[in-house]
Amino acid sequence: MAPDAKIVVRDVAKTFRTARGAVKALEGISFEVRESEFVALVGPSGCGKSTLLNMLAGFDRPDTGEAVVDGRPVLVPSRKGVLITQRGSVFPWMTVERNLGFGVDGLPEAEQDRLCRHYIELVGLQGFENAYPHELSGGMLQRVEVARALMAKPEVLYMDEPFAALDALTRLRMREELLRILQRERHTCILVTHDVEEALHLADRILVISPRPGRIQRTVEVDVPHPRRLSSIRLVALRELVLAELGVTSYPEPSAHGAAAMPASVPGQQKVTSGSNGNGLHGLPSPLLDAKKTPIGTESS
Amino acid sequence: MRPSRFLPALGILAVLVALWWVSAIGSMIFPTPLAVLKAIGELLRTGTLMQHVYASLFRVTIGYLGALALAIPLGSMMGWFPRWFRAINPAVQMLRPISPIAWIPLAILWFGVGDASPTFLIFLATFFPVVVATASGVHMVEQQYVRAARNFGVNGFTLYRRVIFPAALPNIITGMRVGLGVAWLVVVAAEMVAINSGLGYLIIDARNAGSRYDLVVAGMVIIGLIGFGLDGVMRKLEHLEEVRWRYGT
Repeated sequence: MAPDAKIVVRDVAKTFRTARGAVKALEGISFEVRESEFVALVGPSGCGKSTLLNMLAGFDRPDTGEAVVDGRPVLVPSRKGVLITQRGSVFPWMTVERNLGFGVDGLPEAEQDRLCRHYIELVGLQGFENAYPHELSGGMLQRVEVARALMAKPEVLYMDEPFAALDALTRLRMREELLRILQRERHTCILVTHDVEEALHLADRILVISPRPGRIQRTVEVDVPHPRRLSSIRLVALRELVLAELGVTSYPEPSAHGAAAMPASVPGQQKVTSGSNGNGLHGLPSPLLDAKKTPIGTESS
Repeated sequence: MRPSRFLPALGILAVLVALWWVSAIGSMIFPTPLAVLKAIGELLRTGTLMQHVYASLFRVTIGYLGALALAIPLGSMMGWFPRWFRAINPAVQMLRPISPIAWIPLAILWFGVGDASPTFLIFLATFFPVVVATASGVHMVEQQYVRAARNFGVNGFTLYRRVIFPAALPNIITGMRVGLGVAWLVVVAAEMVAINSGLGYLIIDARNAGSRYDLVVAGMVIIGLIGFGLDGVMRKLEHLEEVRWRYGT
């Protein structure tokens, strides 16, 4: 274990019992997250990535192995690690301000007010302090969600497809907002998503999870400084790499250009534990020639 | 309020009154709307009307609040703990279909003729709708709210007070609204047999003591108006900011 590991997941496995028998959701999952690192878990639906996040946040327990945060196994949820999901859990019977205050009940009122003003400003909700959630848009609600989580001064932010329910434009804006917030207040973050672009936009490192039972199939370092331009050659190459790893793209011929573009892309490369797709590394295309694969409308940065 | 919003309702009321009037013409016993209006005036002048109204409202208030005080905690436990639900629900579902009116003989046997009997019947009438609505409201509280609260370290009674109760409150209020409607139905029936005051007694007394059907119908009209007012109060509750999210805006 690295000395600066904030989160250590060690050999975690989980099996669910259903009416149709046991379903192995996760198997042999091990990884570490450093303090202030942003890690994205990317995988197909049903690969157990949300289960993994629930375990880290204390809402579920692994059958074997353990999830350790700051040297202690996580057994129950606590405000040390706050989970944000796409379903949203902003309390509809409270104003925005009261929602923000919910997680910091123990603090003196003056301190609560100060924090509240700070985070309202940070997420850009000035003027909506006394609004009720049903008066807000989906994007604004997710801002409240993020602000309420940050109010509690968590050490880790767990995000389970936090922006999946939003429209495409709002989703993109929320990513930029999140990066801006994290620049001002650095947190350790783990993001679960099946949106490869979102992962590439936000994360320092991407763990590609295999289909059930979920295992870490590959680790991809996103060694691109912020602000990131998703249409940059580097990110397009990484995107193709992750998509190929997920088995959703297949290219007939190995490309010399693609191979040339790749070498530095996966430092600390892990061995591919599941050979489920036939392409592996060799099926990578040339991002230079394959201009139509460049995501459109993501050139905001 | 714009006239187009309440004019249709007024129109329907006017048609009903007109039908009543036509059917009352020529009858020696069935009173016309005018006669009933005069009877109400007479009751107001002598002060008997307010006396009976207060008596009825007093019983409803006590029985209703007593039922809420017991039904909301019990329903909450049933909604939250499956064991409580399995243990208590069969008894609730068997007692619930028994009309409170059927309890009148037992109420008189146990509590005699006095305020206690109708109050007990109102308690019964209100208790079951509120228990059932509270249990289902608490049971259906969306898990993401409970999880978020636990994430912030909120547990136990604080979790109930700050999350579960407010999340279930829209359902509870719907149950309270149904309960109050039934309570108002039942108090009149109870007063006809179990006591000698209240609007129910006014009606039965007017008939027995001299076939004063103008007073009978006056009592009915007053009961209707008060029921309308009570429902308006409950609807005000449904418009509170704390529960509006559930009913749509």
